[in-house]
Amino acid sequence: MSKSYCLGIESTADDFGVGIVSFEGEILANINDSYIPKKGGIHPREAARHHADIAGKIITEAIKKSKIEPKELTLIAFSQGPGLGPCLRTGATAARSLASFLNLPLVGVNHCVAHIEIGKLTTGSLDPLTLYVSGGNTIVSAYESSRYRIFGETLDIAVGNCLDVFVRESGIEFEKGKAPGRIVEELAAKGKKYIQLPYTVKGMDLSFSGLLTAALSLLKEKKYNIEDVCFSFQETAFSMLTEVTERALAHTEKKEVLLTGGVAANTRLQTMLETMSEEHNARFSVVPKGYSADNGVMIAWTGVLSFLHGITVPVERSFVKTKWRLDEVEVPWVEKRNIN
Amino acid sequence: MKKEILIKKGAEASLYLQNWHNRKVIMKKRLSKKYRIQELDRTIQAQRTKRESQIMHKAKEAGVPNPIVYFVDLLNSTIVMEFIEGKQVKQVLNDLPSNERIKICKHIGELVGKLHVAGIMHGDLTTSNMILTLKDDIVFIDFGLSEQTWEVEARGVDLHLMKRAIMSTHFMHADECFKAVIDGYEKVLGKKATAEVLDKITEIERRGRYITER
Repeated sequence: MSKSYCLGIESTADDFGVGIVSFEGEILANINDSYIPKKGGIHPREAARHHADIAGKIITEAIKKSKIEPKELTLIAFSQGPGLGPCLRTGATAARSLASFLNLPLVGVNHCVAHIEIGKLTTGSLDPLTLYVSGGNTIVSAYESSRYRIFGETLDIAVGNCLDVFVRESGIEFEKGKAPGRIVEELAAKGKKYIQLPYTVKGMDLSFSGLLTAALSLLKEKKYNIEDVCFSFQETAFSMLTEVTERALAHTEKKEVLLTGGVAANTRLQTMLETMSEEHNARFSVVPKGYSADNGVMIAWTGVLSFLHGITVPVERSFVKTKWRLDEVEVPWVEKRNIN
Repeated sequence: MKKEILIKKGAEASLYLQNWHNRKVIMKKRLSKKYRIQELDRTIQAQRTKRESQIMHKAKEAGVPNPIVYFVDLLNSTIVMEFIEGKQVKQVLNDLPSNERIKICKHIGELVGKLHVAGIMHGDLTTSNMILTLKDDIVFIDFGLSEQTWEVEARGVDLHLMKRAIMSTHFMHADECFKAVIDGYEKVLGKKATAEVLDKITEIERRGRYITER
């Protein structure tokens, strides 16, 4: 019998990604292209235009890389939400046309579920407590009766957004396209002095807006060097994240901790969570580079899991859902995989 | 310090039962976290220890019984407080006759109302954090997650948590218990303010975060 493959399209924000996986979870292609704003943050319409411009090229490249023929595909998956409307719609349009043209079933994937699933696939983690941190989301979740339940989340901006805005507003010079989180991490490594900043944890929820404002005013005061501010900023933000993850871990009594999402690439955050996990005798794993930031592979893989449990969406009802929450999604595949 | 017995180890703090100047006391020691840098860790521990003891004092002023604080050690983030003899409401509530249960829940509601009027959100209103003393009084414990605010949202969150705790631990009598709590609460806050909080609870439940309760 010939193998089955899924092509997944990711386009929730500034990244346009195409991934191809087999139904067994082998990764055949992972091609991404990012929209880089001329100035400021992501302009949704500009980002969508970028995605539309390069969609054809990226899809072709991914298929070429995978060494399979388009007719060998079994399934098309796309990120249906949550995200920026214009960007989501561009990816959805590409996915719908592929599905119609190749006459294949279509699956709409929740972007947050996909970040968790790719983490599990690449690290072998089975039933983790997950800290998902990116530019748009900051969520502590774990599986509990048919869904990924949210135990804690940000009450305002995401931690990645907090880092992005900090770097942009600070006027730090950096090469275009380099991740702002990476810049903060490099500067923070040279910092020594801890300056007090707002530390806001409410139960298992967090807030980052006060921290952002305070860190920026520290810079404007010009009393401190940038390395120390970055160091303090990072220590505060990541301690908050680790604290809520620890609370949720104690509460859920899970035996694994998984770090996923774009900010997962930060080594300081990894170290903190690892230290905390060890104290609770939990296995810590982090999603490998290449799969931490938004990518098409996670969408393709979650598409496979959904499809194998009978979840598809007809093209005419495949509207994007910009505010689709993680805990609204039934994940019937999880229970079965845990038993195996 | 003589012999101490560890009676509870949480994610946040450890509780020791011990004899302190001929008194039976609880020593609540916040645990330092290895993942945090020392300066930050010390500041957080000290701040929380201070806030907890201050809020306990304010709760007493508001007429809500809670353990007497004997000693606050900010350097070691430790609070030494009175040991309350009695049983957790959680342990006794299910086995009481209905009228007794309603009486207790109503009383709890009044106490929560008094806290809220004073702008104190307990933050962890479960029946394991309420002690039924030998004299049949109710004493609130563990103000570790408390905060000061007068927002209706916070009141809603506080009571919503209590509702969920009742539903999971006392599900056989959940409706009866929560209704009695609200009756007691209304006695203190009045009809209008209570209705506002109840609306808030409904809103919180509908936010999707608690989707099973929609």
